[in-house]
Amino acid sequence: MVKQWKQCQTLFFGGSKITADADCSHEIKRRLLLGRKVSVALKQGRVTPTELCQRCLSLIKKTKFLNAYITVSEEVALKQAEESEKRYKKGHSLGDLDGIPVAVKDNFSTSGIETTCASNMLKGDHIKRVLLRYLASLLRLRSGSTDGIFGPVKNPWSYSKQYREKRKQNFHSENEDSNWLITGGSSGGSAAAVSAFTCFAALGSDTGGSTRNPAAHCGVVGLKPSYGLVSRHGLIPLVNSMDVPGILTRCVDDAATVLGILAGHDPKDSTTIQDPVKPFTLPSLTDVSKLCIGIPKEYLTPELSSEVQSLWSKAANLFESEGAKVIEVSLPHTSYSIVCYHVLCTSEVASNMARFDGLEYGHRCDSDVSTEAMYAATRREGFNDVVRGRILSGNFFLLKENYENYFVKAQKVRRLIANDFVNVFNSGVDVLLTPTTLSEAVPYAEFIKEDNRTRSAQDDIFTQAVNMAGLPAVSVPMALSSQGLPVGLQFIGRAFCDQQLLTVAKWFEKQVQFPVIQLQELMDDCSSVFENEKLASVSVK
Amino acid sequence: MAAPMLRWCCPGRRFAFAWVGCGSCHRRGPPTGSTSNGKRGQSSVAQQPHFTAQKPREGEHEWAAVVGLEIHAQIASNSKLFSGSQVHFAAPPNSLVSFFDASLPGTLPVLNRRCVEAAVMTGLALDCHINRKSLFDRKHYFYADLPAGYQITQQRLPIAVNGSLAYSVCVGRKPSRMVTRTVRVKQIQLEQDSGKSLHDDLRSQTLIDLNRAGIGLLELVLEPDMSCGEEAATAVRELQLILQALGTSQANMAEGQLRVDANISVHRPGEPLGVRTEVKNLNSARFLAKAIDYEIQRQINELENGGEILNETRSFDNRLGCTVPMRDKEGRQDYRFMPEPNLPPLLLYDSGSLPSGADPQQVINVDQLRERLPELPRVTRERLVRQYGMLPEHSCALLNEVGLLEFFQNVIKETRAEPKKVTSWVLNTFLGFLKQRNLAVSESPVTPSALAELLDLLDRKAISSSAAKQVFEELWRNDGKTPAQIVAEKKLELLQDPEALEQLCRSTLEAHPHVVMDLKRGNARAINKLIGLVRKATLGRADPTAIKEVLERQLSS
Repeated sequence: MVKQWKQCQTLFFGGSKITADADCSHEIKRRLLLGRKVSVALKQGRVTPTELCQRCLSLIKKTKFLNAYITVSEEVALKQAEESEKRYKKGHSLGDLDGIPVAVKDNFSTSGIETTCASNMLKGDHIKRVLLRYLASLLRLRSGSTDGIFGPVKNPWSYSKQYREKRKQNFHSENEDSNWLITGGSSGGSAAAVSAFTCFAALGSDTGGSTRNPAAHCGVVGLKPSYGLVSRHGLIPLVNSMDVPGILTRCVDDAATVLGILAGHDPKDSTTIQDPVKPFTLPSLTDVSKLCIGIPKEYLTPELSSEVQSLWSKAANLFESEGAKVIEVSLPHTSYSIVCYHVLCTSEVASNMARFDGLEYGHRCDSDVSTEAMYAATRREGFNDVVRGRILSGNFFLLKENYENYFVKAQKVRRLIANDFVNVFNSGVDVLLTPTTLSEAVPYAEFIKEDNRTRSAQDDIFTQAVNMAGLPAVSVPMALSSQGLPVGLQFIGRAFCDQQLLTVAKWFEKQVQFPVIQLQELMDDCSSVFENEKLASVSVK
Repeated sequence: MAAPMLRWCCPGRRFAFAWVGCGSCHRRGPPTGSTSNGKRGQSSVAQQPHFTAQKPREGEHEWAAVVGLEIHAQIASNSKLFSGSQVHFAAPPNSLVSFFDASLPGTLPVLNRRCVEAAVMTGLALDCHINRKSLFDRKHYFYADLPAGYQITQQRLPIAVNGSLAYSVCVGRKPSRMVTRTVRVKQIQLEQDSGKSLHDDLRSQTLIDLNRAGIGLLELVLEPDMSCGEEAATAVRELQLILQALGTSQANMAEGQLRVDANISVHRPGEPLGVRTEVKNLNSARFLAKAIDYEIQRQINELENGGEILNETRSFDNRLGCTVPMRDKEGRQDYRFMPEPNLPPLLLYDSGSLPSGADPQQVINVDQLRERLPELPRVTRERLVRQYGMLPEHSCALLNEVGLLEFFQNVIKETRAEPKKVTSWVLNTFLGFLKQRNLAVSESPVTPSALAELLDLLDRKAISSSAAKQVFEELWRNDGKTPAQIVAEKKLELLQDPEALEQLCRSTLEAHPHVVMDLKRGNARAINKLIGLVRKATLGRADPTAIKEVLERQLSS
């Protein structure tokens, strides 16, 4: 473990990567060939990739009102499904995920598909790139983030039988359509897409909780892998030192399968681990008596809803009753995380957004008085208030006279936060158990009452410190609230112990038996695929 | 014989570069894209050297000038510093641009091993301390040819620090009085080059070429240990030779592979340093020297007239020969440095610290690079002086012309002639021919073997020196004939038959009785006339000493 932590430290704070001269564009295609488990149905021919793809496409159309997708590459998807089918017939499938429809958050650059980041800045710009090389053969759909020009994503649970029935009991004559729920951000589209069965897995991104937060709200599994385990190449950056591609699936095993394919060194991302990562199968834990679960006391905040709090205790009790050691631990610097994050995040955002000057790509204003005037107008038109605010504060923190007092100080605090986790894990704790969000999903109308900064500060309160420390964390749906909405809990593991973390999460998932979403659209479909609960996930249970 | 041409100076200008490393890289004519990079087309009129460190101006004792340099050397590598794009000079615009170079979001930098090695080798050659851990930073500014809005550089912890660069200047009027001076190298850092902006004022457009964007640069900061243009130019020339010897940069100023900015200030001795200005756009060593000297004088004049020096960036106008304030494109702005989050610290190892089981592709061993260092110019010059007994200034001259040393060594290898003879022929005759015709060594029609054969003929007295010159001219015409063939065809060989010489001498004495009388009357110099007459009769093919011997014997008998 010490070694792994060192490796993690190396990624944040040390360790160089180099490449041979003229060898920088070297592509390793091995990931496409990996994959250990195979979806049994596909393999046995009970369902073909084309059927699977068509069903997903039809569901996407039926759930269009969710606004989960920005681009649906239907033709590409069907063509790839066809190719996949041929491979299955020949018995040469590419691996577990061959032929499985997958959605990708719109901040991944993909080959031949428009990337917009749901922002004006990149809209209408047809950048054709071969950047997202992993999953290249699996790419089907893309999901959108919450904010931006495409409008917010609606939480599928707003339309679930479970939620509607509860609401009818409480508010009798309310207009259902105006009271939909948020998914949480920013990978809400990906979470909604998975939750609504329109795809089997989706890639999100996680900088402060953007994958885990919507996963909890949408009742799906949201994995934030260890920083450096999955390549960021192709992921449009927010905060380079915290960004991680996130994985959203309907069960823990699926998340492990996708992680097994994505994990490992990428010569194009110098911050990925050097050691090769083998794909793995999660063992089914039967005995948790050797486990030590830590409950960080700082996570018991006044804002935490009583319902989430009671589910959290229930989960702790569950572990304890099954023989695990459950102890209270302290992460004393947790409360500084939000403000520290604000400084580091805005600084990197200011830097990363400097490239959007309208010269090489993206939106460019009409003004041609001077280069400077063009920059100013382009950036004013292209960025919304939230982004502009971040850029301005980030640049302020980076000014020579402020750098020591803000940026360097924030980095020191970040180190303290990371050390908190090291200390806890060194004391024998295997996994930390925390809430993922303060409460279940709230209605959009309520949500927009707060300004963006307050919102994100609240959203990220339990998830963000993990990004500071680069640790793996997964949100697993536990139960429905009294309102009939999903509540997720978060497990935090040691750096690069993603597999151990997922093993614990899998055991927990099995114990809690989280209910399947009951969506009218799914019922109507009467899809044999989805009726068979086993086929709702990629993996064989 | 005239002294070998060692100093290059520009006609009509009372300026000479110092002796060692003294060539300027000024080059007339359009850059041809060839790799040659010396002083082609340079006037090479021999001139008494003078060193202008202490300006012979009035009031000179009142002011001291301080000059520091910031040098950007483009690393000679196949691909760019952080991307796989190729590096070529003069490729079609925007043909060598990867997604990363164009700063498309989602792309990440990957450090090029070759560039790191080049930086380490350069650091070692300049006696720097090589930092085993160095960091990359982002330096932010908006400019059209900087696609990302920041440059990745090494601001906080550069790869090499605290080195020195020794160069020799000639003091006084005696060619042999050479003094070694040292300028401290503050640091060497790796950084990205920017693209190029081409301003089309007519259409008020700016065109951007990103081929250069992202090429690896070595930024070398030389401390303000120099005091005039000549010293700076000499130091730069020496650095250029070192980089070329290492192969870490082609260091061709005309092609922009070596760019020099100078920081200049003047002050009264004993007082604190003055406000400095930065002079940019110095694209040749000659302009560098000229610009610095101009700027020093401008500052002195300004201060003496009660003005003040502004901390500003100036540009050298090489047509007007003066520095002018730049339309300050960057201004005095805050670069908002921050650590580059996508590049972990660069760690270097030595044989002692090499982690066991490390992938050799992933680690760089400083000790190994040290072993691989080639002979540095200073050592080469010392070796030439020691090995061939040549004058230090001759060793300089051999190094200052690209390919000349190799040519010289190849001749030496194949000839029995004395090294002194070879040196003289290479530096006078051969180099003279090249200069006259504005050619590089690589373009010479005379091969080292041909010159070696010619010198052999001269050495065994088969031909006279004047005949040798004639043969050399024939060789230059490049008819594919060997020196021996030319000698035979033109009947240039010395008269080897003693009987024939006896005969010729006798008939000459008989034909000129009055000269013989003159001699016998005591005019000793009359013998020279007789020797000349015999030589003429032999068509210049006889050795004058041999003729004299025969004549004296015949006269006394």
